[in-house]
Amino acid sequence: MTLDGAPIEALPGDTVAAAVLAHSGKAFRTTAHETPRAAYCMMGVCFECLLEIDGKANVQGCMTVAEDGMVVRRQNGLRRLNGDTDE
Amino acid sequence: MSTKTSDITVIGGGVVGLSVAIGLLRAGNRVTVLDGADGDPRASQGNFGLVWLQGKGASYAPYAHLTSEAVSGWPEFASLIEDLSGVNLSLDQSGGYEFFTEEAEFRDFAADLKQQQQFLGNHFSFETIQGDDLRRSHPQIGAGVVGATFSALDGHVNPLRLLKALKQAVAALGGEIVNDAHVTDVSGGSSGFDFSLRSGAHHGADRVVLAAGLGAATLAERLGFQTRVRPQRGELLITEKLSERLPFLSSTIRQTDEGGLQIGGTKADAGYDDSETLDVMAGLAQHAVTVLPTLHDLRVVRAWGALRVMSPDGHPVYARSSTLPGAYLVTCHSGVTLAPFHGGALAQWIDDTTDAPNLGAFDEDRFTLSPAA
Ligand code: FES
Repeated sequence: MTLDGAPIEALPGDTVAAAVLAHSGKAFRTTAHETPRAAYCMMGVCFECLLEIDGKANVQGCMTVAEDGMVVRRQNGLRRLNGDTDE
Repeated sequence: MSTKTSDITVIGGGVVGLSVAIGLLRAGNRVTVLDGADGDPRASQGNFGLVWLQGKGASYAPYAHLTSEAVSGWPEFASLIEDLSGVNLSLDQSGGYEFFTEEAEFRDFAADLKQQQQFLGNHFSFETIQGDDLRRSHPQIGAGVVGATFSALDGHVNPLRLLKALKQAVAALGGEIVNDAHVTDVSGGSSGFDFSLRSGAHHGADRVVLAAGLGAATLAERLGFQTRVRPQRGELLITEKLSERLPFLSSTIRQTDEGGLQIGGTKADAGYDDSETLDVMAGLAQHAVTVLPTLHDLRVVRAWGALRVMSPDGHPVYARSSTLPGAYLVTCHSGVTLAPFHGGALAQWIDDTTDAPNLGAFDEDRFTLSPAA
């Protein structure tokens, strides 16, 4: 799959959050106040692991199993009303 | 067993009890707040944060006036609480809508507002807007909306930060809040009041204000009050956060200052069961999408039920006990909206000063005449 356009690999059964963490320790996203965040609880509770997955913003990376060909993007800021994210 | 004495004890550490405590502290009283247990019903932790005038007291002029004065007192009250607590309440009073999808409901509500307008004169104004006119100014509004009412006086605050700020304000004014102090029984006599706590401890006071929300259901009788409050369940959805501001505030869809939406406004009689239900949650989501179709793919991240505190006629009760002098009952459904009054002039009424407001219209004697009691 790709992360911000660059190819990364995941093992079968990995979540997207696990794959992104394994690839780099960098933040997944920034909040409305522009502070960096990465996956934390890995079990669907904290909502820190939000990513844009296949064009959809605010998807919980830890609750999404990685699939071949997924297009994953780090997310800066929040989702807009129409579903896009601010860049 | 330890017995402590304070001038006045407030039973209930929610928005209402803390506001009352702030008013009493500002008037120079020594105040202790006994707050309940974590598992007690807490309307203050589940509410919507509206500071709302539209429709309040449409059938009862005294309630319309009380609400109107509280709403106009909010800016000053908010800055007082913010100064005392250092917490930003995000008060926004830039106007709010009620959206309707049924013609008959729209007509009935507009008639209520007309009545409210007659009570309040130039202290209240509203607009009724037909669906097509609404869509001209707000093209995002869905075709299923037949009309809306708007009042420029309506607004909201961040309800959880309000609760936190009120606690800090009580402490800043020298009040004491005792946590996990669920009062199981209370007795009163000529030498004051004695409260039994679930922990086995006792607490004493010269005077007592019962502001325990649904907790008053059991304690009111012991203090000689005849008001019986009942729970009414409301359910709420919380969505993911948005970077854009919604183009409006409504009584059923509001956006917190942090970006997430709260969607709510349901009413159900379900006793003390505060769980959320799938069909009601689905109905709320449908309502939000009918009003604003662009929300259709917005994710819901949390949902909950919470219990409103309802008096038999839905209006506030401010009552002095006839059998136990020094005991007062304060209960209402709109604790956020009415907070400036509870934290202000109500203290004069409790202290019975010469400038005390006349609250006869809110006495519980009205229930003796009404079959609802
Ligand atoms: S890491 Fe907490 S929800 Fe995904």
